[in-house]
Amino acid sequence: MSEDVAVMQAPVYLQYHFTAGRAPTRFLRRLKEGVLSGQRCPRCSQVYIPPRGSCPACGVATEEEVILSDKGTVQSFTIVHIPIPGNPIDPPYVVANIVPDGANISFIHLLSECDNREVRIGQRVEAVWRPREEWTWAMENILYFRPLDEPDVAVERIGTLPVTGLEG
Amino acid sequence: MTTMDTLEKPFELGFTYTRSTGPVIGHFLGALAEHRILGVRGSDGRVLVPPPEFDPVTAAPLDEWVELATEGVVLSWCWVAQPRASHPLQEAFAWIMVQLDGADVPMIHCLRAPAMSAVRSGARVRACWVAEPVGRITDLCCFELVEGDKA
Repeated sequence: MSEDVAVMQAPVYLQYHFTAGRAPTRFLRRLKEGVLSGQRCPRCSQVYIPPRGSCPACGVATEEEVILSDKGTVQSFTIVHIPIPGNPIDPPYVVANIVPDGANISFIHLLSECDNREVRIGQRVEAVWRPREEWTWAMENILYFRPLDEPDVAVERIGTLPVTGLEG
Repeated sequence: MTTMDTLEKPFELGFTYTRSTGPVIGHFLGALAEHRILGVRGSDGRVLVPPPEFDPVTAAPLDEWVELATEGVVLSWCWVAQPRASHPLQEAFAWIMVQLDGADVPMIHCLRAPAMSAVRSGARVRACWVAEPVGRITDLCCFELVEGDKA
């Protein structure tokens, strides 16, 4: 009599070819040089990172490039306790939405060199970059963000500050 | 100026699922590893393959196993002239709805055939098996035409 099969491997692999487009290409080339950049909407003046070449609110093309700081503010965060197969990072670790100074929207990155219990919305952070010789066209050039010894940003000001996060 | 050349790169995203088969499919797959094809009898008397875990009419659990022939008849088919990497065969082949002898419903599988002109509804086909079965539907690697069949 045959032996029943209890489990089976059923992997799904999606292969695709990614073309960055003009605006993301410009962003990625800056990133390879260790610089974060975005684009400003000519109508509403919002600065987007990563730039997609248009403003999602106004629906107009964006051209003006804006060089951004690698310092920013925590807009929201979560602490991951569950290990994910294939993920090399040991839990618990902090994943945060970070608004870089000079931009109006956040991107997701890791937050480390911190006490997880003290991570908070409005916290000031800065990028920790990989060694320059490892830089490529990827956000992984930044290992993670770490806390800055600066006053918190009030919630209603996050993503609205003009340059450094502390002015105005 | 090369700075406006857009960047591009191939990516692969993998979902490495492990699925539990359940008692019915698990039994079906285990039999496939022995080159046997099993169906189950439903409440209306029909022999169903691949075997559903529950009756399609009454939703009652099914457990009356019926061993089927490894030959059957093509009810309908679709020729794939240019197989893709994820297809079960890498040369041109046909998807077939094959009704195995002893079954009352067809199941979908692939047919290895020399040319599209060799395939027709009503053709007799037989199962082909991989050399080293592991208890998967792909142990039944494909069907092939039964030679001399002019029915």
